[in-house]
Amino acid sequence: MRPAPAHETKLEQVVLQPLRRTGPGFYYLLAGLGLVFLAGVAALARQWAVGLGVTGLGRPLYWGFYITNFVFFIGFSYAGTMISAILRVTQAEWRRPITRIAEAITVIALIIGVIQIWFDMGRPDRVLFLFLYGRIESPMLWDVFCIGVYLLSSLLYLYLPLIPDLAHLRDHMLDAAAWRRRLYTFLSLGWRGGAEQRRRLEKAIGIMAIILLPMVVSVHSVAAWIFGMTMQPMWHSTILGPYFVVGAIFSGIAMLFILMSTVRSMFHLEPWIGEKQYNYLGILLLVLSAFWAYFTLSEYLTTGYGSLTDEHRVLQAVLGGEFAPEFWIMLAGNLILPFAILIRRKGRTPLGTFIASVGIVIGMWIERFLIVTPTLTRPSLGLLPAVYTPSLTEIAISFGSMALLVLSFLLFFKVFPAISIWEVEEGEAVEAVRRKARELAQGEAVRPSI
Amino acid sequence: MPRWGMVIDLDKCVACQSCTAACRMENNTPIAGANQAAMGRAILWNEVLPFAEGEYPNVTETLIPRPCMHCDNPPCVNVCPVQATYQTDEGVVLINYERCIGCRFCTVACPYQARYFNWYAPEWPAPLKAHLNPDPEVAPRPRGVTEKCTFCVQRLRKAKEKAAAEGRPFSAADYVPACVETCPAHARYFGDLDDPKSLVAELAASPRAYRLQEEMGTQPKVYYLKAG
Repeated sequence: MRPAPAHETKLEQVVLQPLRRTGPGFYYLLAGLGLVFLAGVAALARQWAVGLGVTGLGRPLYWGFYITNFVFFIGFSYAGTMISAILRVTQAEWRRPITRIAEAITVIALIIGVIQIWFDMGRPDRVLFLFLYGRIESPMLWDVFCIGVYLLSSLLYLYLPLIPDLAHLRDHMLDAAAWRRRLYTFLSLGWRGGAEQRRRLEKAIGIMAIILLPMVVSVHSVAAWIFGMTMQPMWHSTILGPYFVVGAIFSGIAMLFILMSTVRSMFHLEPWIGEKQYNYLGILLLVLSAFWAYFTLSEYLTTGYGSLTDEHRVLQAVLGGEFAPEFWIMLAGNLILPFAILIRRKGRTPLGTFIASVGIVIGMWIERFLIVTPTLTRPSLGLLPAVYTPSLTEIAISFGSMALLVLSFLLFFKVFPAISIWEVEEGEAVEAVRRKARELAQGEAVRPSI
Repeated sequence: MPRWGMVIDLDKCVACQSCTAACRMENNTPIAGANQAAMGRAILWNEVLPFAEGEYPNVTETLIPRPCMHCDNPPCVNVCPVQATYQTDEGVVLINYERCIGCRFCTVACPYQARYFNWYAPEWPAPLKAHLNPDPEVAPRPRGVTEKCTFCVQRLRKAKEKAAAEGRPFSAADYVPACVETCPAHARYFGDLDDPKSLVAELAASPRAYRLQEEMGTQPKVYYLKAG
């Protein structure tokens, strides 16, 4: 292994290390994830060759795992924007080392969420019809529009803060492979880091952060409205839009914890991602758990208190019927586990938040499943309840998608630095100036007045 | 412009499934087989549905034949993201099979479960395959698209062509869907709901007449006459 250039700061050395050298452990992880991903690809190839009959779907259960996954993965895409944009707008200094990770999750999860709809289509070859013949009244077209705009914006939002780091890579990774050097040169757009360039970049990032906030609300609201605009029991509800938004931020932060902790220990980023981030984000996660529970209670209590037959049939299936085990696992993962671990400051450690986050990610997948499926087993017409048994194909594609998420995430940080170097350095400079200002102010105070 | 509608008299219906069988032969719906049918994958544009009411031992079961309701305000049309499903000027809801992307949004939005999906490529046992309806308008649908009752639009087209060939004006009496023509109990009526003199308009105004899930505001054009 070549030693890192001596002129680099510790931050640069550590952050760029994974881009320079890859250990065997990483390849094992890659191979494991790759296998799961390939199993999903094989299942998908078979589904496309034979037809959607290879799933466990039927009438009236027309939707299942794929639609659940669609909502689930898009939820993760909240991590980036909510964390990164809100914290940037409010100028929370502790955001600096984690914005890049959050922004990467956003883009990757969004793409994986969107392709779930493609997996669910009976005619995947006609996917472009959505753009050619769209009907504006259809909530699915609202999704095409909102997600399309959001994807482009969050790509830009990931890319803009990358530019100064790319220029750094262009100038300092001279021994890297030729494709890497070409990539960095191309993507850094001739960045020189002059005052005017910096001013423009900061302005553009600031504008993007504000634009993204309403967009992020729209994306999950329209995902909810796919269900909310139909007249099926427990779907036709006004709470669905905000409920999906809260659930998305909740699961987004949980996913951020999982991937952030993974990258942190793999790439040795402990000096920058530490107590502050875990403590503050842990509190945020706890607040969102409470929000989520409140929304769930509102929805279930309103339905349960009334006596509308169709709605009751669905609610009873969830609370006391065949979906009851899932319901209790969801409650344990989304409410009990996070509160048990994160309520005390001692629990908001990397390990504690990791365990709570895994529980939340599982719980939130089940939450999505419990919104999509029970209604479909008992639609309003009032026939005998249907039973959904997902097939191996659906399970393989679901796990394959999850593997693809982690795989893309890890590979992304083999090419691009996991921490925004220039922003952290800027933060350190800001901190140094503040410290100096405090010292001077104190000096002023102790100086005796003449 | 006629507004086609149907009336089904549940007092006369004996739930013999002739309508279902006639629809099959007229519209070339594929045979799913027992296993697939158990998974809810049978394609039956007209289906005789069982509705159970009450708790054991006081249970009553009502059997209701259900074609597509051809709603005046169809939820399926609004949700289709590619305009594959649409309503004709005469109020019939149809699907463009060349356009459908198979997202199944319409199938979950339909409160009547009237829309069906082609999970596999359509199949028939050889003897049946030899007797498919040759009309190109009911050519077997490809795998991966949605289909449903069309009020036998191909029969409407043929009736209009025939009237034109015979040099006489087309009348509503010329056109009747296969299920109505077949019904051995004469329980089904078909015609123009906007023509106040038509039998369907008269029956639809009867105090016995009701529509499925009327409270949804979908304005179905299939009326039922209450049994008993």
